[in-house]
Amino acid sequence: MQETMQKWVAWFKELGENGHIKDPGNPLEHGGTIVRGKEKTVTDGPYAEAKDVVNGYLVVEAKDLAQATELAKGCPNLAIGGSVEVRPIERLAR
Amino acid sequence: VTQSSDQIFRREAGRMVAALTRVFGMDNLSLAEDVVQDAFVSALEVWKFRGIPENPSAWLMTAAKNRAISVLRRRRTAQSYESELSWYLQSEWTLTPAVEELFSPSAIKDDLLRMMFSCCHAQLSEEAQVSLILNILCGFSIEEVAQAFLSAHDAAQKRIVRAKGVLAKSKRLFDVKSEKEFVARLPTVQRALYLLFNEGYHGASSDAPVRRELCSEAMHLAALLLSHPAAATPTSHALAALMCLHAARLPARMDSSGDLVSLSNHDRSRWDQELISDGLKLLELAASGNELSEYHIEAAIAAIHAQADSMNATDWGEIVRLYDTLMALTPSPIVALNRAIAISQNEGPERGLKEIDAIVHGEWLESYPFYAAARGELELRCGQPEVAYRQFQKALSVARNDTERRFFGARLRQCEKADELRAYLEIFWDDAVSNYRDAAESRHWRA
Repeated sequence: MQETMQKWVAWFKELGENGHIKDPGNPLEHGGTIVRGKEKTVTDGPYAEAKDVVNGYLVVEAKDLAQATELAKGCPNLAIGGSVEVRPIERLAR
Repeated sequence: VTQSSDQIFRREAGRMVAALTRVFGMDNLSLAEDVVQDAFVSALEVWKFRGIPENPSAWLMTAAKNRAISVLRRRRTAQSYESELSWYLQSEWTLTPAVEELFSPSAIKDDLLRMMFSCCHAQLSEEAQVSLILNILCGFSIEEVAQAFLSAHDAAQKRIVRAKGVLAKSKRLFDVKSEKEFVARLPTVQRALYLLFNEGYHGASSDAPVRRELCSEAMHLAALLLSHPAAATPTSHALAALMCLHAARLPARMDSSGDLVSLSNHDRSRWDQELISDGLKLLELAASGNELSEYHIEAAIAAIHAQADSMNATDWGEIVRLYDTLMALTPSPIVALNRAIAISQNEGPERGLKEIDAIVHGEWLESYPFYAAARGELELRCGQPEVAYRQFQKALSVARNDTERRFFGARLRQCEKADELRAYLEIFWDDAVSNYRDAAESRHWRA
């Protein structure tokens, strides 16, 4: 990772050590603090996760890359001018 | 022509209202808005025949300026205008040069900043303040403001009308030189710019989800903030960093046919390296002081994406940890949803679905298409295409524009396909199992 990110990480760590960051704890337990005043205050944001990751990929089990490629040809994406990329997924710790 | 003039109007509306509010005073905000509307109407009439001029913003500024001068001539009630200028505006000799001066580029730059801070009136809630900035200075429609806050149209309208009333009573514009007030109002201005950027990155418009011109406007205003010493805080730098780092991905977010491209399919060579390096530099500048903002964390997350060579090479564990911190700092169902998706990348779709189920106030996201879409996506990855299908149907029903509808429609077809595929694989599986059994049995008999 680049040097710039390292500087950020070091600063972030230092803040944590100096007690400037609230203990993340179990984030799911923090829900009670969401409501502010009468109105709900949820704002949208430019998050890559919800807006870009979801759109994702299809996991297809196939015995090898050749079969997967064959299966991918049936993808409806192709009919509407899209493209399909076939990639093997490595099974980790299973 | 209509769409591009819309873009121009949106971009110029803020500058024009800001300058005109200086001329007429804050209590005549609605007059300033009327003059801007008049200028837009006459622009549409003239441009329809002659086409959009080479310098449309200068054209509009001149139109607004001339209209302002004629309004001032007709209504010489100078005491109702901002006091520091009223003297100039009363005399015919100084009126035109005074207005000219107010419309000079450098004055408008200050006016824009001053107006943004004026919208952050102490009597208004933060939502109302941000709504005002978006509506008055960023050219957001009421509907767009409502969507940015995930709230109903009527509620947003009421809030804005009331807020404009409060603003009009304040008479004087905010004094950018009073540092204490400035610092107090800065977070709201930052929030508004963040939401403006978001609207461009992927917003709720019924025309198009991605509007790069809004992103560049937000980045322009963020740069304006950084050029003002009192506003150039580490948090402002973090905000600018996150804008650069997200904007860097924009060239790869849509394909040539105008469809959304998922992150896993991004042609990462199209990411804007210059923006990435700007963003990283800004992130470095943000890493000082002892104030950690949500923008710091979001910029760091964006930096991890920007520097990864692929989805698989992305440090999802670190992203999850950053989302944990973000949840502690600014908990919200939206943050929780994004965290859940990051977790699913790291620990599998089943775990991701559990996290989505556990989102506090998940019901607030019912009209947010990415909520159902995230469930659909993860169900599909879990091998549950029928469940996924229903979720994408939900997402489709709350989709806000054709691009989103096309996208969710394609996902629905993919679910159908996956269902067929699964049936096929099951037959295949059954065959394999019975073959195995037969083989085992024959071995048994042989033995």
